[in-house]
Amino acid sequence: MQRIINDPDNVVDDAVRGYLRASPNLYAATDHPRVLKYAIETPAKVGVVTGGGSGHEPAFLGYVGDGLCDAVAIGEIFSSPTADAFLEAFRAADRGQGVACLYGNYAGDNMNVKMARQMAEMEGIQVKTVIARDDVASAPADQREKRRGVAGEIMMWKVGGAAAARYDDLDEVIRLAQKAVDACSSIGVGLSSCTIPANGKPNFTIEPGHMELGIGHHGEPGIEVVPLPNAEAMAQAMCDPILADQDFTGSDVAVLISGLGATPVMELNLLYSHVADRLETEGITVHRADIGNYFTSLEMMGATLTVMKLDEELKPLVDAPAQSLALTR
Amino acid sequence: MQFLDTSYGSEILSELVEVILDNRDYLSEVDGSIGDGDHGINMAKGFRLFNESIQGQSLSLSKALTTLANTLMGSIGGSMGPLYGSLFLGMGNAAKDRDELDAGAFGDMLSAGLTSLQSISDANVGDKCLLDTLVPAVNDYRHAVDNGQGFASALQSLRDGAKRGCESTRELEAKIGRASRLGERSKGHLDAGAVSCQLLLVRLADSTERHLDKAAA
Repeated sequence: MQRIINDPDNVVDDAVRGYLRASPNLYAATDHPRVLKYAIETPAKVGVVTGGGSGHEPAFLGYVGDGLCDAVAIGEIFSSPTADAFLEAFRAADRGQGVACLYGNYAGDNMNVKMARQMAEMEGIQVKTVIARDDVASAPADQREKRRGVAGEIMMWKVGGAAAARYDDLDEVIRLAQKAVDACSSIGVGLSSCTIPANGKPNFTIEPGHMELGIGHHGEPGIEVVPLPNAEAMAQAMCDPILADQDFTGSDVAVLISGLGATPVMELNLLYSHVADRLETEGITVHRADIGNYFTSLEMMGATLTVMKLDEELKPLVDAPAQSLALTR
Repeated sequence: MQFLDTSYGSEILSELVEVILDNRDYLSEVDGSIGDGDHGINMAKGFRLFNESIQGQSLSLSKALTTLANTLMGSIGGSMGPLYGSLFLGMGNAAKDRDELDAGAFGDMLSAGLTSLQSISDANVGDKCLLDTLVPAVNDYRHAVDNGQGFASALQSLRDGAKRGCESTRELEAKIGRASRLGERSKGHLDAGAVSCQLLLVRLADSTERHLDKAAA
């Protein structure tokens, strides 16, 4: 394993220490070692919280900042944060206006958030949730409740965070964050596996010369394994299921391509040029595109594509100023 | 009639720690087939922290179970923190203020753990999860007790039910958790949570039985 680590069991704690030291202008520690909050507290706004397993950096902690999330709960690699951590994040974010907990649809996160929410309510903190389900490969459209949350979560944080920053109330922040993630369709392609340091060996196998269409953020198997196509054909294979998921014709969209950790950023932009061609051909207007490593899976090679349908309500929130480690506007 | 002296909490739970630490890599390997391969790591971490926290202490069964529950819920997260945490919390609460458990009370403790777990999860038998081990194990145990079998004999039913239940997950299609997205392709593999649950229940039965002998002696 060619990794920069100490004890493999302490990777997350060691990394959190690094983030705190590198970005004291962004992060402040809390009473819980696995919870970070935004260093600048804005009074009287709805608190926005997210959380999830580690290994997806810059998600989740990279989206703490101005116009985004106020606190983050940090789990083990690919494993939900504890209920205690979510609870402390709720406390850290609450300004008396309630807390919007915006996270992805995974069994562990669902249970821990549910428990934390019950504990928070006993302390008088009102918590409402939006659960991202944007991965079109994880379940058919008529079983949307089963879908995983992937990079569409970023648009959910962006819109929810921007709504909170302009002092929308809790119900409005929740409504807009839900609308944002419902407007997103995402899909991933995996070109190689990844290794959890404490495991010491790859989690799964993708044979050289192949790619897995629809792979999940933790290597959950996708729709099919196919011979590795060129970038142009890969873009079509990713666009097809997304364009089949909702009708984008004539719409303005936001596009987000995220690398999975080990794919060069140059190749992500190369991939985007073909996605942009395809969308143009379909009569879809790209309002803005974000290309980079926004939501990764350790050192997996591959990418996710998210297309978000915009309207006049979502556009200003997607474009609103934001400042964080992962996203700045 | 045989009893379990509940002052053996630390001894019995140390054996549960041992079985999880010994099987850390195996559990991750099972999980790696259809999940994300972290089950052994997370379980081992939680049980190791629990073990460190009780070193040198002689805890009652109730106190030991409650401490384990809080450690798992507070330290390992994932799905297994809340699931096992609520199981052991329910068991710990049921054993509270009892100096000894007879076969029936031991069954009540198992059932209380199951009820507690079901209060936070919508999972069911057949979903390919730890309930596929836990529910038949508890049912078989209670059935044995209801039929007038002795404590040791009922513990054998607990082991048998756990093993049969665990093995049943091999042919099941996952309905919950990350493996559920695999559908048909989750068949042919054991569920990691069902395996860890089987390991824990079998060792719980083994350890309880050994301490029954001590109590009877």
